[in-house]
Amino acid sequence: MQEVKAAMAGTIFQIEVKVGDSVTKGQTVIILESMKMEIPLEAETDGTITAIHGNEGDFVNEDDVLVTIQS
Amino acid sequence: MTNDSTKTAYNEKLEEISARISAGGGEKYHQKLEEQNKLFVRERLSLLFDEGKYAEDGKFANCEAKDLPADGVVTATGKINGQTVCVMANDSTVKAGSWGARTVEKIIRIQETAEKLRVPLLYLVDSAGARITDQLDMFPNRRGAGRIFHNQVRLSGMIPQVCILFGPSAAGGAYIPAFCDIVIMVEGNASMYLGSPRMAEKVIGEKVSLEEMGGARMHCSVSGCGDVLVESEKQAITEARRYLAYFPANYEADTRITKPGTIKEGRSLEEIIPENQNAPFDMYEAIDQLVDENSLFEIKKLFAPEVITTLSRIDGRPVGIIANQPKVKGGVLFVDSADKVTKFITLCDAFSIPLLFLADVPGFMIGTKVERQGIIRHGAKLIMAMSSATVPKISVIVRKAYGAGLYAMAGPAFEPDVCIALPTAQIAVMGPEAAVNAVYSNKIEAIDNTKEKIAFIKAKQQEYKEEIDIYKMASELIIDEISAPSELRNVLAERLAYYETKEIVRAPRKHPVYPV
Repeated sequence: MQEVKAAMAGTIFQIEVKVGDSVTKGQTVIILESMKMEIPLEAETDGTITAIHGNEGDFVNEDDVLVTIQS
Repeated sequence: MTNDSTKTAYNEKLEEISARISAGGGEKYHQKLEEQNKLFVRERLSLLFDEGKYAEDGKFANCEAKDLPADGVVTATGKINGQTVCVMANDSTVKAGSWGARTVEKIIRIQETAEKLRVPLLYLVDSAGARITDQLDMFPNRRGAGRIFHNQVRLSGMIPQVCILFGPSAAGGAYIPAFCDIVIMVEGNASMYLGSPRMAEKVIGEKVSLEEMGGARMHCSVSGCGDVLVESEKQAITEARRYLAYFPANYEADTRITKPGTIKEGRSLEEIIPENQNAPFDMYEAIDQLVDENSLFEIKKLFAPEVITTLSRIDGRPVGIIANQPKVKGGVLFVDSADKVTKFITLCDAFSIPLLFLADVPGFMIGTKVERQGIIRHGAKLIMAMSSATVPKISVIVRKAYGAGLYAMAGPAFEPDVCIALPTAQIAVMGPEAAVNAVYSNKIEAIDNTKEKIAFIKAKQQEYKEEIDIYKMASELIIDEISAPSELRNVLAERLAYYETKEIVRAPRKHPVYPV
């Protein structure tokens, strides 16, 4: 299992996946916006999305878990 | 000894004792090495030196004690890439590589040799630390272990000091890597810690594994104490040899220029760099279009990856590159990024390696977390290092350079030899979105109609963009040159050659007062 965590404090800009989607390592699953930059967050493992925590526009803190992937 | 006339009793005795010392510690310790995928210290040295040749000092140290061959450390002089170097290498088959009085004396002496010869010094570390039973002879005295670190500090910046960590580097011994220019760590075997997990459990009650607390991967990605993570001892040695090829023998020796190379085949910078300032791209791909192919030696790749620090060659000349990585954390600078860049700048500046800054930076991170960590003083530390560097400094504004990010990346005020902008460059206190919000927030609030509000913001952003237009910056002589991205490599190669004779003499003083 991998938890994709917020790399830094910011807001969720775009969620690129849905629960049940299969993803491959290196695929962007969520994009944060912080410091006016788009921050892509990638899956570090192949697997299936089992949970998405939060909605587009939500403020998140560094290290908050945003997506859970079951490998 | 082939000639019969040399076959004397005293030579036989010499040969026997010498062979015993060369064999290191007992058989069971050699077996342990094998189980751990480790090489015996003398095999490491054979791989490290050109043709495996070296001259050893103090081989017979403690030879009267039968179980302490060479007193657990080999100190030697030999050549790497044709350059004379000195080495100290722990022998973990002898009392786990621990330090006795003569071990320490040998290490101090090889440091003194390296200083006199003005040649690089390598520390091949695999040691359990002090022999506590011998502490009075090796710990607190004038030529005790402390002197090793004192010497390291004196040698720092005078000659390159390289640490390869093959095994543990415990307690006080952990300062050897800490004072080196670079630390190469072998994954799975290398570790650094002040107190072992056993001690941590006894003294503070923490239960933790060695790997988690002081392992190679942790140090190379979290603490920043390690610079290069490798899979095997052979790779560690290859990397150390490769690293030294970028460096002169000492701070006054000539730079090592090689045959010019060509860039890696790939997309052009025009294709790689998005015009949208907020969109991410991979700075590694851009660097590949500027440097000689296969010339990168990256330092702290896994640590603070939002900024890249790498040795490289452009037309055969060594160059230290500091580049923001927009793909990771937007290329924003944090406390760890400041640490990483500061060390890299001081390394390159000490040994006359020119610096190339590739700026695409939204600024230093803001918010409670980083303020509490003291991001201001860490940023100041970075800026002080960059500002103090007297090697040729080329600042390239790739895309945005906002706020103190411009300063950190050797912006115009910090005397870069040239500040080159790509046509995609944008220099400002902050980006258009943030600036318009800051200046017109009351006005924006006051507009009820959403359409009007958006139109107002758009218009103000456009005005702002015109104000910070790159041609306006060039017209005002803020930047020195605008280069087409695809021309940049040639521009850099040409300028690096011109700047070769740069010399800056600063007003006399002892040293600045460091912000951290």
